[in-house]
Amino acid sequence: MTGRGRETMLHGKSLVVVGFVLAAWASSAIGQFPLAEEMSGQTVDAAHRADEQVLAPSPVPNATVESALFYLFGGALLVSAIGVCVCKSVVRMATWLFGALGAAAVLYFLMGATFLGAIQLIVYAGGTLILIIFGVMLTSKSPWVRFECRRIEFWAAGGVVGVLFCALITLLVGTDWPTPAVAPQPVTIAMFGEALLTTYLVPFEVASVLLLVVMIGAAYLARQERS
Amino acid sequence: MFLIGLTHYLILSAAVLCCGLFVMMTKRNAIGILIGVELVLNSVNINFVAFDRYRPDGGFDGQVAALFVIVLAAAEAAVAVAICMNLYKNINTIDVDRGDALHG
Amino acid sequence: MTRMSVPWRPGGKQVHRGPAALVAGIAKALYATFAPLVRAFPGPLLIGAIVAVIVGVWINYLVFEFVDDSLVASSTNLAGETGLLGGPLALGEVRAGLTTSGVPGSGILCYVLYPLQYGVVRDVVSMGGILGFISVIPLYTIWWERKVAGRIQSRTGPMRVGGWHGWSQSMADGIKLICKEDLCPASADRPLFKLAPYLAFVPAILAFFALPFGTYWVFRQVDVALVFILAMLGIEVIGVILAGWASNNKWSVYGAMREACQMVSYEIPMGMALLIPIMVVGSLSLTTVGDTQSEGWTSWIVFRSPFTFAAAVAYFVAALANCKRAPFDLPESESELVAGFHTEYSGFRWSLFFFGEYAAMFVVSGLCVILFLGAWYSPLPMSLADRWGLGDSVGARAIKGLLFAGPLWFVAKCVFLLYVQIWIRWTLPRIRIDQVLYACIQVLLPLMMVLLLGHTLYELFVPVHGFVWTVFNLVLSLIGAVFVLGMIFIATYGFWNRVGLVGSLGVETLPGS
Repeated sequence: MTGRGRETMLHGKSLVVVGFVLAAWASSAIGQFPLAEEMSGQTVDAAHRADEQVLAPSPVPNATVESALFYLFGGALLVSAIGVCVCKSVVRMATWLFGALGAAAVLYFLMGATFLGAIQLIVYAGGTLILIIFGVMLTSKSPWVRFECRRIEFWAAGGVVGVLFCALITLLVGTDWPTPAVAPQPVTIAMFGEALLTTYLVPFEVASVLLLVVMIGAAYLARQERS
Repeated sequence: MFLIGLTHYLILSAAVLCCGLFVMMTKRNAIGILIGVELVLNSVNINFVAFDRYRPDGGFDGQVAALFVIVLAAAEAAVAVAICMNLYKNINTIDVDRGDALHG
Repeated sequence: MTRMSVPWRPGGKQVHRGPAALVAGIAKALYATFAPLVRAFPGPLLIGAIVAVIVGVWINYLVFEFVDDSLVASSTNLAGETGLLGGPLALGEVRAGLTTSGVPGSGILCYVLYPLQYGVVRDVVSMGGILGFISVIPLYTIWWERKVAGRIQSRTGPMRVGGWHGWSQSMADGIKLICKEDLCPASADRPLFKLAPYLAFVPAILAFFALPFGTYWVFRQVDVALVFILAMLGIEVIGVILAGWASNNKWSVYGAMREACQMVSYEIPMGMALLIPIMVVGSLSLTTVGDTQSEGWTSWIVFRSPFTFAAAVAYFVAALANCKRAPFDLPESESELVAGFHTEYSGFRWSLFFFGEYAAMFVVSGLCVILFLGAWYSPLPMSLADRWGLGDSVGARAIKGLLFAGPLWFVAKCVFLLYVQIWIRWTLPRIRIDQVLYACIQVLLPLMMVLLLGHTLYELFVPVHGFVWTVFNLVLSLIGAVFVLGMIFIATYGFWNRVGLVGSLGVETLPGS
């Protein structure tokens, strides 16, 4: 089938697995605990405490490690987003989207939003993507769903988006954002729950009603007509 | 320049937003447009969380807002997929340019 | 003289180059060393290996617990109650600490413990442990499944490779799979076809990162561990769907579609079943949930109320469907779909799907054990250890680790649940896809809603340790005990009378028995 030797292919595969795991380790290292201390040779006991409330904010954030991880996963997010743009097949687009969602989840971990990252993985990656693939499979006639747009449309869209991007960049770089050098504050799930049931009670209830409406509505829209 | 700050996150999110908009403009497949919408919503979420992370007072309102965005995105995806199925049932394709029955 | 035309080169010697030569050399040398030994003493070696693993795990447990304790102690000494730490301990300090706590052999042990105070070293060590564990678990679950299947069908299962009951059959299969050609169908979507097995396998490893094996035995202590593990189980399905889609084979697409249907349906009752123990404890951290069940088997959440008892059973059913195990193995039902989503796969990529599946089986069993079945605690209450006067000395900790709590108990319970999964697979017929969906949407989902609501009301209105609560707790605990003891009794009875079983002829006459 291929001209390459079996051994090299095998090692390539093992390396992919190891690479995935290492990337996950790197992201998990910073997500919950101050990697800074581990890297600088200091010890961390919070990591192994049983009590979740013990997680002490890290004294000094290791900005270098955080920056490196940001470039790694931010780059992954960007590459995936561009991949969504250039792919023609819908399933490939969905796969790239999955990469983007995963990278965004890792960025949330990086910013100390553990709960949000986990929710992002479970809701988007687990649910939305399955819905999308479902939709693709139910709505396509051939295995390769391709809808080409006209060349002029492509360039027009590219021009509009390019102008918008340049404008945004100018605005963002020009603005003087107040950025205090604070470490990412881990937001525990208990804090989240309390906020949802006190400050944000009304939006929370409205969201749950909305979900119910959406459930009924989607079932109604997608139902089989009985003849 | 290497060390990151709020601006870096915002630029990243702007880039993802532009990618999402581009996808929404150039794809004629309804599911493809849905994927573009998901990208846009994600860039918004990154903004929310990034503003939150660089807040000096340690509040997390941005994260709660991002949570609601995720909930709404899931709901929106469910309805959108149902609409796509309906579209396919009626006109036998999910090319959005063909869904012009209401065209005057 | 006619030469038979064969697709492979006859008589050619396999030549390895580069790093492969090194690996092949090591493998050959290992085989040359161990094969005669294993052939000569199969039984003692197997028992010795099990004992060595148990002792190793236990020593590891002690070491990690000790490191944690000494770190906490030194941190409070150095920085008061704030939890901030000073610099790393010097080698001498570690030795002094060991000597004062009366650990034998502190002169050598301090060299082992010294690097373990660095987070990176501990991460690397525990990651190696996870990867090793995740490679061993599927190998032996597969072997065990084949043995159990054999017994259930009155035959013997693998008997030859390795001598004693074919104990190295899975390893031999693994070597075969690694050497097989890596095929990709011509009309497949190549990048997705190649990516899919990793998406099915890697999340299973990542799930182990947040799965605690004991109070201190967790790679990352995350307060959203449960959500994270559920997310990883969900991502695994994406790999399966992509595999089915990218194969460009209608059987594979059918398998993938079924998997998608099954997964999105059964995730809901599964999540709702897991909410009940979460509601009891009030935390999503699996370590916290596990630590609330330390007071003997009556304190396990499964026996807390009739609702948790039913929820545990319902969770197990949903978990079976989630891991696409029989009777819900429609995505790969070999009698109708060839092999479902992995029809087109071969070799290493094919084996990745199986590693992923068996690792996921372990993960869902682990969730069940942590959330319902007392986590890493034995049926004996921890307070008994205090009553026996077991302190913090090394010997006392060893007894505690073996009798009361520890990763060994966790693994043992998980293995029991793995056995139940295997047992169900080989005794129940597969059900139709519409029956699968009916069972979820119209049976499990309403049942779970009733259970969730019912348990909420139970927690609100039935006073804990009141009369009703105690009666229910005791009755349910008794039912559980009778069930487990009955299973043990039946297994023992079958073992003693195995000569009378139909498959015993093969057992008596085959080599290595």
